[in-house]
Amino acid sequence: MNLRALAGFAAIAAALAAVGFGQSWSVSLAVLNLCLISAVMALGVNIQWGYAGLFNVGTMAFAGLGGLAAVLVSQPPVHAAAAAGGADLLLAGAAACLTAGLVWLVVRRVPRGRLRTACVAVTAVAGYFVIAAFFDPAIEAIEAVDPSTSGYLGGLGLPIVLSWAAGGLFAAGAAWVIGRVALGLRADYFAIATLGISEIVIAVLKNEDWLARGVKNVTGLDRPVPYEIDLQQAGWFADMVGSLNAGALAAASEADRALLLRDLVIEASGIFVKLCYAGLFAAVLLALLVLSERALRSPWGRMMRAIRDNEIAAEALGKNVYARHMQVFVLGSAVVGVAGAMLVTLDGQFTPNAYHPMRFTFLIWVMVIVGGSGNNLGAVLGGFIVWLSWIEAEPLALWTIDALTAAMAHDDPLRIHLVEAAAHVRPILMGLILLLVMRFSPRGVIPETVRR
Amino acid sequence: MSYLAGEDMHGGYGGADILRGCSVSVARGEIVVIVGPNGAGKSTAMKALFGMVRLRRGEVRLDGDPIGRLTPQDRVKRGMAFVPQTGNIFATLSVRENLEMGAFLRRDDISDSIERVFDLFPVLGEKHRQLAGELSGGQRQQVAIARALMTRPDVLMLDEPTAGVSPIVMDELFDRILEIRRAGIAILMVEQNARQALAIADRGFVLVTGKNRYTDSGQALLANPEVRRSFLGG
Amino acid sequence: MPVDLVNALVLLANFVVVPAIAYGSQLALGALGITLVYGILRFANFSHGDLMAFGTMATILATWQLQGWGIGLGVLPTAMLALPAGIVAAVLAALAADRTVFRFYRIRRSSPMVLSIASVGVMFVLNGLVRVIIGPDDRSFADGTRYLLNARQFKEATGLAEGLTVRTSQLLTLAVAVVAVAALFWFLRRTRAGKAMRAYSDNEDLALLSGVEPGRVVLTTWVIAASLAAVAGSLYGLDKSFQPFTYMQLLLPMFAAAIVGGIGQPHGAIAGGFLVAFSEIALTYPYRKFLRYLLPEDMQPDGLMQLLSTDYKLSVSFVILVVVLLWRPTGLFRGRVL
Repeated sequence: MNLRALAGFAAIAAALAAVGFGQSWSVSLAVLNLCLISAVMALGVNIQWGYAGLFNVGTMAFAGLGGLAAVLVSQPPVHAAAAAGGADLLLAGAAACLTAGLVWLVVRRVPRGRLRTACVAVTAVAGYFVIAAFFDPAIEAIEAVDPSTSGYLGGLGLPIVLSWAAGGLFAAGAAWVIGRVALGLRADYFAIATLGISEIVIAVLKNEDWLARGVKNVTGLDRPVPYEIDLQQAGWFADMVGSLNAGALAAASEADRALLLRDLVIEASGIFVKLCYAGLFAAVLLALLVLSERALRSPWGRMMRAIRDNEIAAEALGKNVYARHMQVFVLGSAVVGVAGAMLVTLDGQFTPNAYHPMRFTFLIWVMVIVGGSGNNLGAVLGGFIVWLSWIEAEPLALWTIDALTAAMAHDDPLRIHLVEAAAHVRPILMGLILLLVMRFSPRGVIPETVRR
Repeated sequence: MSYLAGEDMHGGYGGADILRGCSVSVARGEIVVIVGPNGAGKSTAMKALFGMVRLRRGEVRLDGDPIGRLTPQDRVKRGMAFVPQTGNIFATLSVRENLEMGAFLRRDDISDSIERVFDLFPVLGEKHRQLAGELSGGQRQQVAIARALMTRPDVLMLDEPTAGVSPIVMDELFDRILEIRRAGIAILMVEQNARQALAIADRGFVLVTGKNRYTDSGQALLANPEVRRSFLGG
Repeated sequence: MPVDLVNALVLLANFVVVPAIAYGSQLALGALGITLVYGILRFANFSHGDLMAFGTMATILATWQLQGWGIGLGVLPTAMLALPAGIVAAVLAALAADRTVFRFYRIRRSSPMVLSIASVGVMFVLNGLVRVIIGPDDRSFADGTRYLLNARQFKEATGLAEGLTVRTSQLLTLAVAVVAVAALFWFLRRTRAGKAMRAYSDNEDLALLSGVEPGRVVLTTWVIAASLAAVAGSLYGLDKSFQPFTYMQLLLPMFAAAIVGGIGQPHGAIAGGFLVAFSEIALTYPYRKFLRYLLPEDMQPDGLMQLLSTDYKLSVSFVILVVVLLWRPTGLFRGRVL
């Protein structure tokens, strides 16, 4: 780690401490947790852009699929729904596989030409109707089961931490399919194609209620860490808080002591939970960071960068550029998927409406560019810096507007408008950060180190 | 008195010099051909004359004035015209529009020039509404040359005008070039088809590794046994 | 012609053809801007959707001002009078973005990727500005006569069971689009500056050699692209309603239209816009009623007969895009391969 990186992380730590002292430690830790998740996402995008120069504007899809994994792994199964529509759904799946197999067979066996096109079309259309014949009643039955609380198949009822790996797998699988279609395209067309795919994936998550309740959301997800309420009732926790605050408690009067302890325990329980999350996320981040660094320094990483810097020369040297791009696309997307699952775990709910390209695709890009593309540590730092600015932009803007309009009357329409507008300063700030870094420090806060 | 001259040119595209003391010149009403093996710096010499290659040493003079500091665009304004080897037409514009673009800097009436160009290349007159990209290889070269003539240049520089066209088309193109010379224009060409080009040339320069090897009249070079053996394939 | 067939056709016209023509015109105008920037400045401009939103916002503000003064156009929406304000705002925004952001990378001949990422920054700024100035909510600014032809009148006049509705905004969209496109083609085909633009798009080096001033070409391109964006955005806002976020969602169909038609090919962008619009609407329209008119009693379908749920309409542009890119990468009208 070089001096710049050290200084960068020190500045972040100082900023988080300032939030802790200025607002509250609870807020500060909440920001930290999202910083950690953002850093993982930025790491994933950096693997694609920084290592291989893939301009993937579909990050949102992989984060969304990670979130879906959290639901499908951790929620208890809804047996009634499975009984109502499970068989038909399986048949629909089998029909889909059969159709795909038949199309594949036709493509393999029938020579290229009109006949093949016709055969493929007939097979696909026929398959569509067969699939629909099973699928439509299946989802109707599933969604009819207790629609206000379930109406979906539920999940596997496993610990939610497992879903982080599952999220990575989901995203990797989707990336493989998407890569098959889009990786052959020119770089800018690839970007537009991934943008489109991400919108489609989110549309699926919003509308396929049988899968994860769509926009009806899945709330109350399992937690990998204790609940605040349990902590507050646990004797050991109260003892620990008591011993940590012994001085303050001793100073309080006999009558106040119990009340004070209760307040302290309540506050500490929230902080404790957030610290647990932070520990888990930091462990994941560190593990991924170490793995990414090792990959980057390996012969594989050198080859990736060679391909990025001169695709034609690498191809001429016999490197299979498409296969390498596919690897890196799948790996990077998997990392984003892990982050997506972690985010839903932290939120405790899956809300497809929350997925917006601004927040889940372009903001991640800002992180990577700001941090320094091609440098893993840079991407992580970028994740921290950008998330912190994104979150703190609103209170800062509000504070500035308050200060500027202090002289105005409280019901001045301009003042009211400005106060309402404060939240929307965020995208402006993000855009400016991106543009300024690109212009004046194009290699980012921690530039890529050239290793030969 | 040569109209356009590059004297003792040294330079290249960054890196090692490609031109290492090369001099070429052309007078009005003269056809000059630059020949030489691959990588001798023929095209580079021409681009240097046109200001598309930075010279480290040497000077380019037009009508006696040093023009080494002028941009290619300014050299066009001074009466130089250049037909690159590739990408020398606007493929998605019609033939007539290509000619209009050739005369883009002119503010006067260009219909005269268009008529004259159509007299020179009658096939372009017939196809003036067609997209240039839809024409045959030889016709595209005609469009490229015609486009360059639209500025009414004093010097016409052609970088391999017959690359990739059939021998019959090549002869026809050379006939046109001879006709253009009659108007008193100085013509400088780089040619791969050295024999045929030297046959119509007044003078020829043989470049090897960025330096002049032989300079003589076209006929003399064709007759020179050493030139024949080394550069014209016997 | 049997009455049932006429009814079926009117139904189709009402729910597919008329809306698709309006939507297609809006997409075409937007895609024209994208294709011009793509062909001449050579990058995929992700900020185009938000440029549309920015221009539309200015149109709305001017419309409100005019309405406040009691100035209107009678039958036509006041927004038509306010459109110049939207155009000016969008042009100024585009020129400011070019001056402060894009020019720097253009001079350095940065890769198209870098310019595209920079356009993401511009997108963020424009998006934030729109939300700060007018707020993130739905804004309605349509006035004038809402319907040129409403279903009841149509039914009474023709005696058919199905009605045909034509909204003022729909016809207006078509009319404005026709005028704008005609003006654009006249400019590109007939004027010196237009030919210079086409030449620059076709062969930059040769255009420079011919004396084309790149700064002028770039300026003209932004002025045209931003004007079309403001017009397209305002018409879309009149036809549907204005919401800052929806314009970002138009990015994909517009890119699809531009690429499908061939980058740098204005007529391709128009064809692409209509192709995307018609496919999107035709594939998501439920054909149950249509088939009821045509099929005998015992063959009547009971499902909606909708090929694709409306929620997935974005996937239509996407599929068109990918299919064209894989099978004919230069687009239907053979655009330039950058």
